[in-house]
Amino acid sequence: MSISRRRQSKSCRTEGPGHRVPVVCALWGLSVQAHAANASSPTNMFNPAATPAQSIYSVAMFVLAITLAIFLVVAGLLLYALIRYRHRPDDADIEPAQIYGSNQIELSWTVIPILIVVTLFLATTRVILETQAIPKPADAMNVTVIGHQFWWEYRYPKLGVVTANELHIPTTDPAHPVPIYLTMTSADTDHSFWVPRLAGKMDLIPNRVNTMWMDPQQAGLYLGQCAQYCGTQHAKMLLRVYVQTPADFAAWVSQQKRPAQQELGGSSAEGQTVFMHNACISCHTISGTAATGSFGPDLTHLASRDTIASGAVQNTPENLRKWIDNPDSMKPGSLMPSMHLNSHDLDAITAYLSQLR
Amino acid sequence: MSTTHATEGIDEALASEHGRPPLNRVYEWLTTVDHKKIGLMYVLYALVFLVIGGSEAILMRIQLAVSNNHFVSPQVFNRLFTMHGTTMIFFVAMPVVFGCGNYLVPLMIGARDMAFPRLNAFSFWISAFAGLLLYFSYFGASGLYAAGSAPDVGWFAYAPLTARVFSPGHSTDYWTLSVFLSGVGSIGTSINFVTTILSMRCKGMKLSRMPLLVWLYLVMGYLVIVAVSPLTAAQIMLTLDRYLGSHFFDTQAGGSAVLWMHFFWIFGHPEVYVLILPAFAFVNEIVPVFSRKAMFGYPAMVAASVGIGFISLSVWAHHMFTVGMGAAANTFFVFATMVISVPTGIKIFNWLATIWGGKVIFATPMMFCVGFLFQFLIAGLTGIMLAVAPFTWQLGSSYFVIAHFHYVIVGGILYGLFGAFYYWYPKVTGRMMSETLGKWHFWLFTIGFHLTFDFMHIPGILGMPRRIYTYEAGRGWDIWNQIVSVGTIFQAAGTLCLVFNMVWSYYRGKTAGHDPWDAWTLEWSTSSPPPDYNFAIEPTVNSRRPLWDLKHPEDPDSDYEL
Repeated sequence: MSISRRRQSKSCRTEGPGHRVPVVCALWGLSVQAHAANASSPTNMFNPAATPAQSIYSVAMFVLAITLAIFLVVAGLLLYALIRYRHRPDDADIEPAQIYGSNQIELSWTVIPILIVVTLFLATTRVILETQAIPKPADAMNVTVIGHQFWWEYRYPKLGVVTANELHIPTTDPAHPVPIYLTMTSADTDHSFWVPRLAGKMDLIPNRVNTMWMDPQQAGLYLGQCAQYCGTQHAKMLLRVYVQTPADFAAWVSQQKRPAQQELGGSSAEGQTVFMHNACISCHTISGTAATGSFGPDLTHLASRDTIASGAVQNTPENLRKWIDNPDSMKPGSLMPSMHLNSHDLDAITAYLSQLR
Repeated sequence: MSTTHATEGIDEALASEHGRPPLNRVYEWLTTVDHKKIGLMYVLYALVFLVIGGSEAILMRIQLAVSNNHFVSPQVFNRLFTMHGTTMIFFVAMPVVFGCGNYLVPLMIGARDMAFPRLNAFSFWISAFAGLLLYFSYFGASGLYAAGSAPDVGWFAYAPLTARVFSPGHSTDYWTLSVFLSGVGSIGTSINFVTTILSMRCKGMKLSRMPLLVWLYLVMGYLVIVAVSPLTAAQIMLTLDRYLGSHFFDTQAGGSAVLWMHFFWIFGHPEVYVLILPAFAFVNEIVPVFSRKAMFGYPAMVAASVGIGFISLSVWAHHMFTVGMGAAANTFFVFATMVISVPTGIKIFNWLATIWGGKVIFATPMMFCVGFLFQFLIAGLTGIMLAVAPFTWQLGSSYFVIAHFHYVIVGGILYGLFGAFYYWYPKVTGRMMSETLGKWHFWLFTIGFHLTFDFMHIPGILGMPRRIYTYEAGRGWDIWNQIVSVGTIFQAAGTLCLVFNMVWSYYRGKTAGHDPWDAWTLEWSTSSPPPDYNFAIEPTVNSRRPLWDLKHPEDPDSDYEL
């Protein structure tokens, strides 16, 4: 290998006491990230539970291994150079050999990175095609997802079910996979659907239809949240995906297809009257009643849900009453206004809504 | 260089100015067209906003230190992150790199000023006004609706959140106008840089003999002109949408939210390079001087810089991997983004080769450059991870991304700038900064930096999205957020050391002389601080390191350079 030019030169250096090379703290590394993978978090992307998340996990590990190797080599050389070539107090007062460059060396550290880039590119392209360029199976299940400030609307067009904030989907049999396709758009600002254990995120953008799919194999509750800043309560636009066995899912569907509870007594009947005579009906739907609004979540089976306020609080009568009284107290910036109901009406309306199983 | 007969009159006139009353001195600064004074005003202005933007970051970290915190309301938090981002990019990073360039470029090419001194002053003042306008929103933005004060749409202000229906009042208008005006200033300054570099170089300074810093400012200047123009145009379109009934980004009337994203990121990604190229520039000057060696592979460094300039214009949509562009577009932007790591890698390797075989002196400027090298390496590698589109389907808009780009901006750009402050402070003030305080600054800041930004990657992997004002317990995020928040204390303490050092050294620092670092570029041949006219006689250069030739007449660079 030829070094293009070199020479030695004398010069009078007057100052510059030698300094010990400081140990540069490069705490980053796979060790930290591996630790993260072990941490118990319901939203850990390194704990995949469906094919899209699994293929991301695989390619991520591959990329992490390559970047770690690059880091060790380059940082190691840098550290070595800094220690080995530090200025020592007993150094002779001459400048080191001046080296201007070498075309061979430049060529080698151009070509080797290009090869690495091509490798990474091919691995990446494979996952992109596997995830975004495969044909949709004819028997795939469809769910329409509509993002709202600050809640999620879910519609099952083939099943005739409409619900909000808690997405129910069936597990799929690996031998005969039936993926769930989400068709997504937004009613207002941009949102993003992100349940890390199931799949990567996909944005919900008004005036545009996006799709994504997932095929969870393990029943369970998968958490996530909106990942695109959408306004004041972006932080409490949480996602809950209930993956159920086919039998449980079928039971859920048949329950959701029933019309709203009509056999009401006492306080809950009074609550229904309060609901129907207030502005509640402008925004909410309860099927089979005069309430047909679509600005807020469908409440037909509200009591069947675990949470209210898009996952922000547990669905208990106390929380529900507090929410109806003043949504801002639980979720400041929520678009639902306080209706200024008196205590009696609040109790009645809470009793009514708690009946809507 | 000695003062000649021709400049004696000027010197006398200047000497008499120092006896003038203070009001006249203020007037002189307000009306100056001198590139050095404008450069200093840019830097000081940026430092003021650095403290403001940093304080906003600290408030956010207090809020996020524990789950379910109520330190600030969601509305206040959303304003904080919008103002933090906008301030740091448009009113800290841009002005500070423009300021350093304004001060250094004419000195390094042997010129007496920038090509267009009045345009220079105009650009500075319009940018300064833009910053004040942004912060005036806290008082003036409520409008008839009394809705909101400062903007709360995020620093990239995605449509349609900026439409009047979602953002009533005038907060978004203040954001739009200040970004617009800052863009006008940036473009003006950049035209000035490009013209100055192309037409004001001293005798003998061919393009192939320009200091690398000047090369990088040339590339940066072109990038600003190409990339900031679309952003500035988009601000006009947004204002038309908001007030004159156009529908560019108004989705409710058929406009496109994705169009805004393209407009923003065709600015936004080259912007990263607009900011990092000057940091490369500082490292290119400091590393050789403190390794006592010529830059290794000068032509390759120039080629890599120009290459980065071009490639950086074709990577913007990697910010949009989750908007549903489809497999083909995603694949293209994966490739373009990965390719840019090749010229960036060449730079890191050439710095390594410059250190190799040298005699490395660990003075404070070099310490910050060493920090830069390690941290920029890591930032580049997490950048490669994010270039892998499927990885970004998970990590996009998460705290991993926040950690990545703060690694670039703080660990890379800010470290380069800190190095530059310590390196050129003696030239600017005539006095050395305290080495002891400099080391304190370095170590405190570095500990804080790593506590904050190393650990910030982890909540991203664990599913924590950006821009949330609070989070519930039980997600496994608490401990990481606490560590991240603690790191900010160390960073703030380090920054205080810097500010104190700058003030103290101005009065008490050791006298620097012309050339305290035994360096090789032209700015060190004139006095510290340089006279208004920079050089009494136009210098003549025969190589890339004119002062090396002067110091080693028996062995000049010009014998070896191609």
